[in-house]
This record gives sequence, C-alpha cells and structure tokens, in this order.
Amino acid sequence: MNGFHWDWAFTWEVLPMILSAAKVTLLATLLGSILAIVMGLVFALLRRSKSRTLCISTYWIVEFIRSTPLLVQIFFLYYVMPEFGVSMSPLATGVFALGLHYGAYLSEVFRSGIDGIEKGQWEAARALNLTIIDTYKDIVLPQAIRPMIPATGNYIIAMFKETPQLSAITLLEMLQMAKIIGSENFRYLEPFTLVGILYLVFSLLAAYGIHQVERRFPKEGFSLK
Amino acid sequence: MEFGEIVSVLLQGAIVTIQIVAMALPLAVLMAFSFGLIRLYAPAPFKQIAIIYIEFFRGTSALIQLYWIYFVLPFFGITIDAMTAAVVALGLNIGSYGTEVVRGAIQSVPKGQYEASIALNFTSSQRLWRIIMPQALVNMIPPFGNLAIELVKATSLVSLITIGDLTFKAKMLADTTLQVGEIFGVVLLFYFVMAQFLVFFIRRLETHLSKGLGRGGLHS
Repeated sequence: MNGFHWDWAFTWEVLPMILSAAKVTLLATLLGSILAIVMGLVFALLRRSKSRTLCISTYWIVEFIRSTPLLVQIFFLYYVMPEFGVSMSPLATGVFALGLHYGAYLSEVFRSGIDGIEKGQWEAARALNLTIIDTYKDIVLPQAIRPMIPATGNYIIAMFKETPQLSAITLLEMLQMAKIIGSENFRYLEPFTLVGILYLVFSLLAAYGIHQVERRFPKEGFSLK
Repeated sequence: MEFGEIVSVLLQGAIVTIQIVAMALPLAVLMAFSFGLIRLYAPAPFKQIAIIYIEFFRGTSALIQLYWIYFVLPFFGITIDAMTAAVVALGLNIGSYGTEVVRGAIQSVPKGQYEASIALNFTSSQRLWRIIMPQALVNMIPPFGNLAIELVKATSLVSLITIGDLTFKAKMLADTTLQVGEIFGVVLLFYFVMAQFLVFFIRRLETHLSKGLGRGGLHS
C-alpha cells in the first residue's frame, strides 16, 4: 500500500489534464441542456395536445424515459442505433441521451409552469382574438418562465452530475481521464478526489448562478421581443 | 442465443439489482432520518457535520462517490468488496437527498400543531414522535417514493465496478451475442416494471398511512 498521504507533486501534474477533460464535461452538459429544454417543450406541448392518443402516448413515453436508468439508455443509443444505420460519436450519443432523459423531466416542469398560469389570462387572450402562437409568446411564456427557473436549474445541475456515466461509452470526460491517470500510475486517491472537488465547486457555482438568474427576472413577467 | 436464454440471464442480473436495492434502501432511510433530524434539532457541531455530509453527497456525482469508495479507500487501508462499496455509496447518496425530504416534511407540519403540543405539556420527544412525525410521514411518502425509483435507476452504476447486476449482464450479453436490440429493450422494460411496481406500492403505503390521520376529525 502506498499509504495515507497526499502527493502534491502528483496533484499538480494531473490537474491540467483533468481540467482539459472538464471542458468535455461542460460541453456535454451545455449541449445536453439545450437539447433537454427543446425536448421538454416538445413533450410538454404534446401532453397538452387535443388528441387523446397523442396525449396518452406522450405520458407513457415520458414515464418510461424517467423510470429507466440513464446508463442503460446511453448503452441503448450507443449499441442499438448503429443497427438502424445511425452511428454517432460518443459525445453525440451522450448529448442525445442526456437531452432525452432530462427532457422528460423538464417536460413536467414546463407543464406545471404553463398550468400555473391563471385561467383568466387564457380567456383574456382568447377574448382579444390572439392566435395560439401569440398567446404562448406574448401572454403565457413571459409569465411562466420565472417560476420554472429554479426547477429547470436543479435538473441541469443533476444532468451535470450524471455526465460521468458517459465514461462508460469511452467519452474522455473528467472521470474517464481520472480513471486512466489512476490506472497508469496506480494512484487513484488524487485524481478521483480532484474530480470530486471539481464537481462540488462547479455545482455550487451553478446553483449560485441560477439563483442570480432567477433574481434578475422581473416578477411581473417580461416581453419576449 | 435464443430469446428465452437471454431473458433468463437477465433475470439473474435483475435479482442482483433487487438485492442491492433491498440493502441500500434501508441504509438510505436510516441516513435520511438520522441526519435529517440532526440537521434540524442537534447542537452546532453535529449540525455542521450533517451539513457537510449532505452538501458533499448532493454536490458530487453518485458514480464518483462509488469509484471513490471502491478505488480510493484501499489507499487508506480499508479494502471493501464491490457489493459493500455499492450498497454504501448508493445508500449514502440517496440518503443525503432523503435528509431534505425528512426536513421539508417536518417543517411542513402546521405551526399550530407544535403550539398545541406545547400547550398540552407534551415532552419534546413525545411532541416529535407522537404529534409531528405521524403527520410528517404522510408528506414524506411521495418524495421518498421518487427517491426509491432514483435508487433503482442508480443501481445500474454498479455495473461499472464489475458487479453482475442487470446492466452488467446486458452489457456482457451485448458484447458476446451482438443481439443488442432485444437485450437492451428487455433491460429497459425490466427497469420500467420495477419502477412501476414501486409506484404502485408507494400509493398503497400512502393511503394506508394517511388513514390514521382522519381519526382526529380535523383532517378531511
């Protein structure tokens, strides 16, 4: 056993490598969040559609995605999609899996956000003869976005913390880098601890950032123009 | 490989998954209650320890915690087998989220209940266990149910430290038979069924627990 001591020289040696892998982690999170927001909106609007079959099938799809593990979904996309002739890089697969998984979660946030708008607002929009697009764009979303920010932010942080699972399909993100460094040097203490601390720092910063974003949003809503 | 054989191998994996859930869930509940209550009622130094535990396990990823316990603890002379590492990591991780459930549920009990129990001269432990907790428990059930589903999903991570759970068996079969579509399809379905079973069980538990609360006549 190499015992209970922290090797600072080794720490400084591996830190730049882990930080460069952090870029991949952050990129996957960023692209994943954008896709998740888009998917979440699509699911939420499908849930509100007038067609009953569409509504019920969306409910079960969302329920299915939410109650199965992200890791298995990642494997599914990575191994099964090529059978249908769609081969994607590990990063693209990862972004797609994260976007789909968290899109399912976000759809519930968006749905309850939209449902939270008072009935009178919908009626007023109808009375003013606004089109459905104008109703969403000018009346509903400007009021609904602020209450959705905290929950959306929490899911994005949760997504960030699930990106290490992408190491299972050989994406060279922080954890995969730490694992490679660890197995080459037979020392896991420093790389894994560094990655853990970086995750903690990034998630605390993100939580603070989201709180700031929420505070900046006017309570009474804002114009999307 | 025939479909029946695939399913039977996967079932063996599913049993391991269920075993892990069965061991990690009690640990998570224990952590949630003990640290949730410490966070609320204990004096300063204990409270700080609880906050560090909660923030640390909620702020980093489950997979890193699992790797840390499995790969790094041996450096401190603590070697544990993969199964124990899995149960400890998942139990502590889900438990840290559970502390907030316990805290939130206790704080959501109306203030009048505290005041009434003080007015009636209950001791503080009677107040907690006989007045506050029975009401808080009902509020805890739905969020704890969601955490239980999160736990089932999180067990898939243990496949990455070579435990032969459902996901591990699926990966192994996929690598050897190349019938990836059927295999991962069946696995997703297995996890879905487990989660739906939990949802059903939690609903029953919720109705069962809320029954007693109606007796006082105040609750509708």
